[in-house]
Amino acid sequence: MATKLQTQIIAEPSKQELFIIREFDAPRELVFRAFSEPELLMQWMGPRELEMQIDKLDNRTHGSWRFVHIDPAGNEYGFNGVIHEVAAPERMIRTFEFEGLPERGHVSLEFLELEALPEERTRVTIQSIFKSVMDRDGMIQSGMERGVKDSHERLDDLFAKHLSKSMA
Amino acid sequence: MRRDVFHAIADPTRRAILSLIALQSMTPNALADHFESSRQAVSKHIQVLTECQLVKKEQVGREIYYYLNAKKMKEIDNWLEPFRKVWEDRFSRLDNVLTKLKK
Repeated sequence: MATKLQTQIIAEPSKQELFIIREFDAPRELVFRAFSEPELLMQWMGPRELEMQIDKLDNRTHGSWRFVHIDPAGNEYGFNGVIHEVAAPERMIRTFEFEGLPERGHVSLEFLELEALPEERTRVTIQSIFKSVMDRDGMIQSGMERGVKDSHERLDDLFAKHLSKSMA
Repeated sequence: MRRDVFHAIADPTRRAILSLIALQSMTPNALADHFESSRQAVSKHIQVLTECQLVKKEQVGREIYYYLNAKKMKEIDNWLEPFRKVWEDRFSRLDNVLTKLKK
């Protein structure tokens, strides 16, 4: 069972797309709800260390969305896009843009597909297509940078603790 | 300077070289024909790729052929690991949400 629940990431060199594939032990209708209802999305979508707010989620064909992640220091990171199509419970097509980039226009197109499997299981495939290979690689690396940043912050915390102890 | 697979794939020309020789091994001249840049520039890129072992060469008669070192390419998979972790984390929380919903 454990192997079936592995998250698969496919990002071939010099391509503008990436795939995120994962199976879930739940029927497709439920998985679709977890991807579309704000109160459910909030419970899992935001990165662990950040608070997630849903500014707007008009989840229908020709609707739009905007999420904000807030770090413990109060910095806000906004993401937004338009929704091209919602075809419950099997498909969602939407755009994605991170507002924190130095320039606008680095938009990606996301296809979310939910496939019903036997025994009430569901396979989720997210295909993201980026404006350039650099944009795609940047998106993948942002995960890496967060990890690095995390460990730097942990070190800072450690130093801060030691300093305050020696001051006391 | 960094001479690892990440440095190698950071450059678009080098990524193009890799995808060309992934299909078939090629001589330096055949490779250079695919690019507008000078032969020296292309051979410099090949050199970087060879140094980080993504590309290997084989002498066939008077010609040198470059081919992809698939084993080394696998290391590139590892650069996806932190990104995969972010999603793994997310999806394991989603598992919990779904378990609650099923009740």
